[in-house]
Amino acid sequence: MNRPIRVLMAKAGLDGHDRGVKVVARALRDAGMEVIYTGLHNTPEQVIKAALQEDVDVIGLSILSGAHLTIFKKTRELMKQYGMDDVLLLGGGIIPDEDKPILEELGVKGLFGPGTSTQEIVEFIRREVQKLRELQPA
Amino acid sequence: MKTHVQTERERWEKKTLEPALKKSPERRERFITVSNEEIARLYTPDDIKDLDYERDLGCPGDYPYTRGVYPTMYRGRLWTMRQFAGFGGPEETNQRFKYLLKEGQTGLSTAFDMPTLMGLDSDHPLADGEVGVEGVAVDTLRDFEILFDGIPLDQVSTSFTINPSAPVIYAMYIAIGDRQGVPREKLRGTIQNDMLKEFIAQKEWVVPPRPSVDLIVDIFEFGIRETPKFNLISISGYHIREAGSTAVQELAFTLADGMAYVEAALQRGLDIDEVAPQLSFFFNSHNSFFEEIAKFRAARRIWARALRERYGAQNPESWKLRFHTQTAGCSLTEQQPLNNIVRVALQALAAVLGGTQSLHTNSYDEALALPTEEAVRIALRTQQIIAYESGVADTIDPLAGSYFVEALTNEVERKALEYIHKIERLGNGSILEGVFRGIEQGFFQREIAQAAYEYQKQVESGEQIIVGVNKYTIPKEQDQKVPTLKIDPEVQRRQIERLQQVRRERDARAVERTLARLEEAARQRQNTMPYILEAVKAYASVGEIMEVLKRVHGAYREPAMV
Repeated sequence: MNRPIRVLMAKAGLDGHDRGVKVVARALRDAGMEVIYTGLHNTPEQVIKAALQEDVDVIGLSILSGAHLTIFKKTRELMKQYGMDDVLLLGGGIIPDEDKPILEELGVKGLFGPGTSTQEIVEFIRREVQKLRELQPA
Repeated sequence: MKTHVQTERERWEKKTLEPALKKSPERRERFITVSNEEIARLYTPDDIKDLDYERDLGCPGDYPYTRGVYPTMYRGRLWTMRQFAGFGGPEETNQRFKYLLKEGQTGLSTAFDMPTLMGLDSDHPLADGEVGVEGVAVDTLRDFEILFDGIPLDQVSTSFTINPSAPVIYAMYIAIGDRQGVPREKLRGTIQNDMLKEFIAQKEWVVPPRPSVDLIVDIFEFGIRETPKFNLISISGYHIREAGSTAVQELAFTLADGMAYVEAALQRGLDIDEVAPQLSFFFNSHNSFFEEIAKFRAARRIWARALRERYGAQNPESWKLRFHTQTAGCSLTEQQPLNNIVRVALQALAAVLGGTQSLHTNSYDEALALPTEEAVRIALRTQQIIAYESGVADTIDPLAGSYFVEALTNEVERKALEYIHKIERLGNGSILEGVFRGIEQGFFQREIAQAAYEYQKQVESGEQIIVGVNKYTIPKEQDQKVPTLKIDPEVQRRQIERLQQVRRERDARAVERTLARLEEAARQRQNTMPYILEAVKAYASVGEIMEVLKRVHGAYREPAMV
C-alpha cells in the first residue's frame, strides 16, 4: 500500500523569510502529503535529527540568506553519514544560477526559486518519491 | 432624494453602458488589487460626498496631514534617496561609505549580516556561511572603529537596519562619536529598533516580546535626553508586507505597533510630546499603484488623529507621520529580470505620489542575488528620473480630490481601523497588550500566512497576472543572463580572526565587570543603555552582550505553525 508522502519543511540558517516555505507547506498538505514544519533558524544537525525522527520521504530546505552552499553541503554530509539514500533533498529560496550545478552535484534533487508554481513542486515530489520507492525493497 | 450625479449615473448605465456591455463584456468578472480588494468600474462625486476638505484632508503641513507633513513638500526639498548598503567586512563597507560621501551623499544606510542582526558573534556555529554575506559583519567596537574610520559623525546621518541587537549598535555609534569628540546631541541617524514587527513578520529575535519592548523603551528614555536628533525607532510595515500581508494589514499592524510603543513609553512615565517626534515609520510600496498611494495618505490621517485624540499629544510634531519607503522586494521576478526595472519605477512613483520622506528603490537583480553596482545605479537613476524629469514632484499631493483616490483612501482607512479596534479588543482596551497577545496567539502570523497563500492561489489560477511568470513567459534558456555579486568566503575567516584577536587583547576583567553590571541592571529592571554602552567601550562583543540579556529574560523561540 502506498503510504502518504511525508515531507519535512525546514528553515535552515539565520534568515527569517518564511513566506515561501509556509505557502509550499500548505500547498503540499492540500495535495494530500503529510507535512512537518520545523520553524526557523535550524542547524543542519537539527534538520537531520527531525527528518530521522519523523521518518520522512522528503526534506525541503528554504534558505534566502545566501548561506545555501555551506548549509546544503553540511546537510548532505549528514544525510550520507546516516545512510539517508532514500530521502529526497529539495531546496527553495534565492539561489543564483551559477550555484545550481554545485548544489545538484552535491545531491540536491530539485531547486525551486521565486515564481515556481506550487503545482510544479507537488508533481515533482510525487514523481521522484515514486522512483525512490520503486528502488527500495518492499 | 437622489443627487444629480446619481440620476446622471443611472441614465449613463442604462443608455450608454448596458448596450456597450452587451456588445463586448468587460475583461474579467472581478477587478482586484494585489491585496484582493475589489475595485469598482467607476467612481463619481457620490463616492466622496461626505468628504470634508478641512477635516479629512487639510492643507499640506496641516492636521490631519493627509496631503503631506510639510508645507512645501518636494517643491522645498526632494525626498532623500537613501540606498541601503553593506557587505563583507567593515573594511569593504567603510570604503563604500567613503565613496558615497565623496559623491555628495550625506546619509549612510547600513545593512548588517545575519549573525549581527540576530545578536550572534561571527564564530557562533549558526553563523557559519553567513558572515558578511547579507551585510557587514560587526562583532565588537573594533569593527565600528574600522567602519567609521575617517568619517566624522557630526557631518553625516547614519541609518542602521538593526533590531534585536539595536541597543548594542546604537551604543557603538555613540562610543565612536564620544571618541571623535562629537557631542551626543549632534549625532543624527536612525536605528530600526522595531521588535514587534520582528515577532510578527521578519523573525529576527533574541529575547521574548515583552522584555524586547522594555529594551526599546530603555532606548527611548536614554535617547530623548542623550541624542535628541536621532530617530530612535523606525516602525516598519515593510517586512509585514514582504511576508505576504495585504496593504490594509501592513498599514493596520504597523500603526498598531506604533501605538503599542507609545503606550509602552507612557507606562514608563515618558512624556508623549517628548517621545512621538522621535518616532518614524517605514512602509512597502507594492504593485497596485493607487492602493499604495491611498495607504500612505490614510496612514498619515490615522496616525495624526490617534496621537492627538487618543493619546492627547499637544505638539504638532507628535502628530506627523514621517516615513521611509522601499519598493516591494517580493514583487521582483527571477524570470526576465530586466522587467523589474519597470516594476520598481511604478512602485517608486506611488511612494512619491504618496508623500514619502525617503526612498530606497530595489535593484532589478535582487530575486537572483545581492545587487551588483550597476543594478544599484539603475535603481538610483530611477528615482532621479522621477524627481527631475517627470514633473510629479512639482506640485503637492497631485491626486487629492480624485474620486477614486479619495474613496480608496477612506476605504483603506476604514478597514485598517477595523483591524486596530480588533487588536484593541484583544488587549481589553490596551493596544500594547493586544499586540502582545496577537503575537502570542499567532494572530498576526496566521492572518499574513493566509493572505500569502490566497495570493499564491490567485497567481496559480491566473486571477493575478505576473508578467513573465504566469503570462508572457519565455523558455529559461532564452532568458536574460545577469551578472550576480559574490561574497568572498575569506571575509568570514578574517572576521573570526579579528574577533579572537580582540578577545586576546582586551582587558578581560573590564569585560567581565561591565557584563556583570549589565546583568544586575537588567535583573533590577533599570535602564540598560548606560550599562550596554559601558560594556561596548570595554570591547564586549555583540554576542556576549545579547547573551547576558538572554540569561536574564530567556531566549525566544516561535511556535512553528503553518
